[in-house]
Amino acid sequence: MIIRGGIVYDPANGIFGEEMDICIDGGRIVEDAKGEVIDARGLLVMPGGVDAHTHIAGKKMNTGRIMRPDDSRLGTEPRSGVCRPSTGYTVPNCYAMGYRYARMGYTTAFEAATPIIEARHTHEELEEIPILDKGALTLFGNNWEVMECVHDKDIAKLAAYVAWGLRAARGYGIKIVNPGGGEAWGFGSNVKGLYDPVPNFDVTPAEIIHALAEANEMLRLPHSIHLHFNNLGKPGNYTTALETLEALKDIKPSRMRQAVHVTHMQFSAYGGTSWRDFESKASVIADYLNRHDHATMDMGQLLFGAATTMTADAPLEYGNARLTHNKWSNHDIELEESSGVVPMVYLRKMLVNAVQWAIGLELALLTEDPWKVLMTTDSPNGSPFVNYPEVIALLMSKPKRDSEMATLHAELSKRTSLGGIEREMDWSEIAIMTRAAPARILGLEDKGHLGLGADGDVSIYNLSPEEVDASKEHATVKKALATAKYTIKSGIVVCKDGEIIATPRGKTYWVDAAALQADMDRLMVDLRDKFERYYSVQMSNYAVQDVYVTNPKVIKAGLGAEPLKEVA
Amino acid sequence: MMVEDAICSFCGCLCDDINVEVEENNVKRVRHACRLGSSKIMGHERIRSPMVRKDGELKEVSYQQAYERAAEILLAASKPLLYGWASTVCEAQKKGILLAEEVGGVLDSTATVCHGPSVIGIEEKGLPGATLGQVKNRADTIVFWGCNPAEAHPRHSLRYSSNACGRFTPEGRSAKRIIVVDVRETRTSKNADKQVIIQPGTDYEVISALRMLVAGKGDVVPDEVGGVAKKELASLAQMLLAAKFGAVFFGLGITHSRGRYKNIDNALSLVADLNSHTKFVIMPMRGHYNVGGIGQVLAWSSGYPMSVDFTRQAPYFNPGETAACDLLAKADTDAALIIAADPASNFPRKIVEELAKMPIIQIDPYENPTTLLADVVIPSAIAGVEAEGTAYRMDGLALRMRKLVNSSYPSDEEILDGILECVRSLRSAMRMQGGA
Repeated sequence: MIIRGGIVYDPANGIFGEEMDICIDGGRIVEDAKGEVIDARGLLVMPGGVDAHTHIAGKKMNTGRIMRPDDSRLGTEPRSGVCRPSTGYTVPNCYAMGYRYARMGYTTAFEAATPIIEARHTHEELEEIPILDKGALTLFGNNWEVMECVHDKDIAKLAAYVAWGLRAARGYGIKIVNPGGGEAWGFGSNVKGLYDPVPNFDVTPAEIIHALAEANEMLRLPHSIHLHFNNLGKPGNYTTALETLEALKDIKPSRMRQAVHVTHMQFSAYGGTSWRDFESKASVIADYLNRHDHATMDMGQLLFGAATTMTADAPLEYGNARLTHNKWSNHDIELEESSGVVPMVYLRKMLVNAVQWAIGLELALLTEDPWKVLMTTDSPNGSPFVNYPEVIALLMSKPKRDSEMATLHAELSKRTSLGGIEREMDWSEIAIMTRAAPARILGLEDKGHLGLGADGDVSIYNLSPEEVDASKEHATVKKALATAKYTIKSGIVVCKDGEIIATPRGKTYWVDAAALQADMDRLMVDLRDKFERYYSVQMSNYAVQDVYVTNPKVIKAGLGAEPLKEVA
Repeated sequence: MMVEDAICSFCGCLCDDINVEVEENNVKRVRHACRLGSSKIMGHERIRSPMVRKDGELKEVSYQQAYERAAEILLAASKPLLYGWASTVCEAQKKGILLAEEVGGVLDSTATVCHGPSVIGIEEKGLPGATLGQVKNRADTIVFWGCNPAEAHPRHSLRYSSNACGRFTPEGRSAKRIIVVDVRETRTSKNADKQVIIQPGTDYEVISALRMLVAGKGDVVPDEVGGVAKKELASLAQMLLAAKFGAVFFGLGITHSRGRYKNIDNALSLVADLNSHTKFVIMPMRGHYNVGGIGQVLAWSSGYPMSVDFTRQAPYFNPGETAACDLLAKADTDAALIIAADPASNFPRKIVEELAKMPIIQIDPYENPTTLLADVVIPSAIAGVEAEGTAYRMDGLALRMRKLVNSSYPSDEEILDGILECVRSLRSAMRMQGGA
């Protein structure tokens, strides 16, 4: 296949809006190819979109669907052509996940939170999602074995456990959510800060995070630790954010990447002492990221309208439910995690929501280096992923932001600096935030760029970047991004002008990390005891079987693994 | 040969520590399972061959002939009902949903006459739950409301609840407080510290009274509610509040008594309220081993966990209209595929009479009263014994069922595949005829 004459943005390879042809053969980018010619003359061409943090599969997503038939009705599209039926808006069914990402030009999405014991369910859903390549991060932050290794300061055994856990879950990397808080929630409490001891385990969140970061680097995992801070969603929590980032400064990455990825930073950049004097501290956080290089983040942008909050931060969800008097699902997971799901509506007339909306944008606009900040909505927590074009249009247009702010609470301008920010992102920066950076941050060598050998994932938009002034014509930008002219996945046109025309099965990435046998032997003694006494399942029935990952892409890591080549 | 850690395919407990002794491809002995589970795994007399009814009698035919007849019935119907799904694995359920989409039918599960009201309650209030291991490790106070696990889920108490030992419950039963609320004494209540007998149909009132007492508004509670003295209810509320970790398990006694989903709504609210004071979770006692699975698979495929109407090409869900009994009561369905279920025994009599009027395809390892009504009978391998696959425990945990013995019968998944293939070829033949 030859994509002819597009205006290509491939920041990872130093290409910023050059007219060039892209050739794909055997599902990969090549020098030269024959076959189908796609006329992209003058149109915006980028690598397929990569979402490094989204909730698309597993128990909490299905819990959202089951408790929200109201939401399932919203997105109904009948079965037609090659497509199974679609339902849902904030909690779409599996088919809609694939079709809707593909319609926007996205070809890769990573599920952000899976407990090991429930990974089988996550993979059952991932397998049903058409088109996309995907992976799932594995939860370790409230795990008994983790906390015991941390308590004993036994990083080698912890690394062995992480390797074993990733293998058991067919997981991609270490996700940490409100470390210690999920365990405390087992008896209905929470941890209050980084140095607040976890009940019954005599460790602090700070120790858990630091030890998992050490284990992550000992195993040379492709991704860094992926962290959801303590105190998330609470006024004044920016101090926890800064404190945690400071505590990770000494971690030396084993690969060419960050030492920590902080997810949905918007929910952790809050000032004030209560919702009454709630304000943005995005500038402080952005300033910290501008001065330090060990951390990256994603926005977790909030948009007005419907959302479904779902997180392993169970006490937070209980708080959400009490605050909004909405329905509440909770799910504690033996020895490993807790979690919750609560429907939500973010309102323009609500000052707190308006400030949250502003914070996400501020974070992205005030962080100088776009490689450090990914465009996400923590879908569907801040907003469902179908609204990414709205976020991008806001980042690219000061007039759009101004006209939005004019409809919001008058007090807003005192609580955020957004109104004074002139920056308007360009297509290179957008391509970084939605393609190149997520791939680099996840450690996906073949994704997010169009260099030779990269996956043949390309999106072409019905928009001429040289003619359209994104600042003024933001409506045009939003419309073009919502419906790619072509989405090409592994060299196959999967979507044309919004119509899904092919539904190939995507790959599932997981990381197979090697640990020292001696450490593994010591670990097995612990694990056998845990299964004997505490788990409600047998060890032999615990790990995800191969049959659940039918198209795996296994990334080798661990002791002895080669460090990654730097992408570009 | 000994198969270790096999998973029992009887009830929603999905006990996964079963040892099965197999000799010459026959199950000889089952260890660790309860009597219900072991009799399921041991098996009994099977349907020998596929059959199609001709001149009022079931005649043996080949599988292919049975698939073709099934496809004809499904395609001739304007709104076929595809019902059952609780006692088979998710792999078959996925195929069933695809089949329902392709023939434009309604797919419903046995939950509709079981925990269907629980699902509607959850739609109203959400489900504050936990995995069973969390209960085992932490619960010091356990309430069984309208359920009788001693007889229906025999190993529940030892593995997960009243008699289980875990990290924070090392003393097991002796350090726990067990409460049973029911309309009569049961075998479960013999193991209880407190038994509360309520008048039938008063669950909603009793839960409301408890909510008032928990909220400190006991002054509005009358002297007696549901036949229980206020003093008694107050002491029950105190027990709940004194829990460090409490768990409520509920059964059909509350889902199918007066109030139905409203009872569940109220029970979920009680548990949410209790979380302002201490930690509490709640869970339905699911019956068939994979009735949880059909809810999960349907939800991720269609957005809804039961009673999904695919006749309009897009999933439509409206219990009261699209549930199996609703359709039959209104004669709004004209053919049925029944798999891994026995509606002839479990539906109300009037509904069964309606069912008997239409062509029925049955897929099941065993003969049951539904077989007497069936026009096509397709015997299958026993999922979880003769075929592998996924099942979801009552707490939503997915496990992989092991295959214990080989079988000459095709699996449910293979049968549905066969029917689907016939549906597709029959339909294209019909199109070609139409074109000519």
